[in-house]
Amino acid sequence: MTFDPYASSRETTEGTIYSVTGGDWDDVVTEIGSTKEEHVVVNMGPQHPSTHGVLRLILELEGETVNEARCGIGYLHTGIEKNAEYRNWTQGVTFVTRMDYLSPFFNETAYCLAVEKLLGITDQVPARASVIRVMMMELNRISSHLVALATGGMELGALSAMIFGFRERELVLDIFELVTGLRMNSAYVRPGGVAQDIPEGATDKIRETVLQLRKNLKDTEKLLVGNSIWLARTDGVGYLDLAGCTALGITGPILRSTGLPWDLRKTQPYCGYETYDFDVVTAQSCDVYGRFLIRIYEMSQSLRIVEQCVERLDSPEYQGPVMVEDKKIGWPAQLSLGSDGLGNSLDHIREIMGTSMESLIHHFKLVTEGFRVPAGQAYAAVESPRGELGAQLISDGGTKPYRVHFRDPSFNNLQATAAMCEGSQIADVIAAVASIDPVMGGVDR
Amino acid sequence: MTQQGMFGAPGSGDTSGYGGLVHSNVTPGSSSRPFGSYFDDVVDSLERAYPAFSDAIEKIVIDRDELTMHIRASRLQEVAKILRDEASLRFEMCLGVSGAHYPAETGRELHAIFPLLSLTHNRRIRLEVSIPDANPHLPSVVSIWAGNNWHERETFDMFGIIFDGHPGLTRILMPDDWAGHPQRKDYALGGIPVEYKGATVPPPSERRAYR
Repeated sequence: MTFDPYASSRETTEGTIYSVTGGDWDDVVTEIGSTKEEHVVVNMGPQHPSTHGVLRLILELEGETVNEARCGIGYLHTGIEKNAEYRNWTQGVTFVTRMDYLSPFFNETAYCLAVEKLLGITDQVPARASVIRVMMMELNRISSHLVALATGGMELGALSAMIFGFRERELVLDIFELVTGLRMNSAYVRPGGVAQDIPEGATDKIRETVLQLRKNLKDTEKLLVGNSIWLARTDGVGYLDLAGCTALGITGPILRSTGLPWDLRKTQPYCGYETYDFDVVTAQSCDVYGRFLIRIYEMSQSLRIVEQCVERLDSPEYQGPVMVEDKKIGWPAQLSLGSDGLGNSLDHIREIMGTSMESLIHHFKLVTEGFRVPAGQAYAAVESPRGELGAQLISDGGTKPYRVHFRDPSFNNLQATAAMCEGSQIADVIAAVASIDPVMGGVDR
Repeated sequence: MTQQGMFGAPGSGDTSGYGGLVHSNVTPGSSSRPFGSYFDDVVDSLERAYPAFSDAIEKIVIDRDELTMHIRASRLQEVAKILRDEASLRFEMCLGVSGAHYPAETGRELHAIFPLLSLTHNRRIRLEVSIPDANPHLPSVVSIWAGNNWHERETFDMFGIIFDGHPGLTRILMPDDWAGHPQRKDYALGGIPVEYKGATVPPPSERRAYR
């Protein structure tokens, strides 16, 4: 074999190691084909287009059958949990929102619910703030499921699904931008409420988008539900039953695909979910196709919830503040959009700089010092698009968290890879991993 | 836990006049019956099903509507098995484990916290185990809740807690050859000073900040 910088082999005590980084694939295949060994270990990822980000899969193959599948993770570890120990409780939101970057509002809400539990102000969070949180989370569920379908479709060769998914997601991200100023990582949910009220005209825009999404999601549904090619790749693939799920601590669509209607929004409601009208979607098939159906139909349930939220936001009953009344916790100023971006409202600046020394002192104290949280620990969980997202916080009574830990569903659910893939064909590994829908930002934190 | 002064970084002159303040933060202590909610039921069921209850349970804390049972490390596996299997308890899911490092608690520096969930009864409890830093060993519960595999590896990686009986306790997030356990309190955050508009901003851990 002539030297090829992209595809080479070397001998080790473990056997021959073939490195392929592009270039001439045929050379490698020919060489592997000439050995008698049927037993091959393939290292797939961390930079591979169908491993959902920087996931590394180590597959031991016998021909095309996967004997053993293992995951290598940690390539996106950013030390968010450690970093949060050096910032105040409010700043923590800005960090945790970056963990699972496809569902930032869930990270923020889980964190804030835990901080509020520690502060003992869970009941004081204004109703309007909770409605906004629920609305943002449900929109976020749609955008996250759309990416799951889009990337999952792409990985299985259904490129139209990818185009459709990302197109629809853009509509949702436009709303995020309208409401929070940012498409992702918005740090919008804050301990005690949300950063600011929704802007004028936002509810009309959201109503419009909901109508548009209802129409567009039908397209995705028609494209894939019952599609024989899609079925051939997903039906009966990546099987994991209820016993497997409980043993491995699996939650979310994977658990619901076994027929168990376990959804924290129903079973352990938070943010007032018990007052909304929606159904928990389940499937009976325990496979990739079942999880796909769950995601499709969960999106229309989320649209139902968003519609109810918009109704409430417009009704006189739900007008009012979006932050707790306690001035020692609530941020002193509402934000406003200036010529140089989002910042403190000019009215507020005028007040503290021009008329009220006490307001200035208060603003300065709260912004530089933050608020103290009574010592103790709390765990708050929300139903994220991928399952139970839990925030375990410990306070030592200071202005900064003593310990922040996120129980991320992607991290936990990725453990099911071996159970789903071993014994199946190598092509099914892609389908199974796509149905777990791991987001590496959340896995590695 | 008591602390002096209000600023986090030492050695930066006291311009506030509050440097001499001493204040203590009290972590919630042990609770007594009745615990309220379903907590009495859980504790009673465990006491009935587990003869060594009084030896295994160090204390029970009810705080912020959450039940925390502090378990002696050597008894962890027995308690876990009963919590999972007993029909009246049935905590069939363990939502992982997270560590916490309290350098000031001599002999109990490292804590491991296990949130449990019962799908059958729709209940949550928390187990907490404290072990000395000098001998950071804890029985693994992977044989009881297989899904704790990666969580235990993460806690080992971040805190150096060794879970005895784990099928393959290796680092999971940090590189295999990494030295130290990053989330311990004696592990520095790191970072370098950054220049911004002519002034130098120190790294977050060295900035003067309120505690």
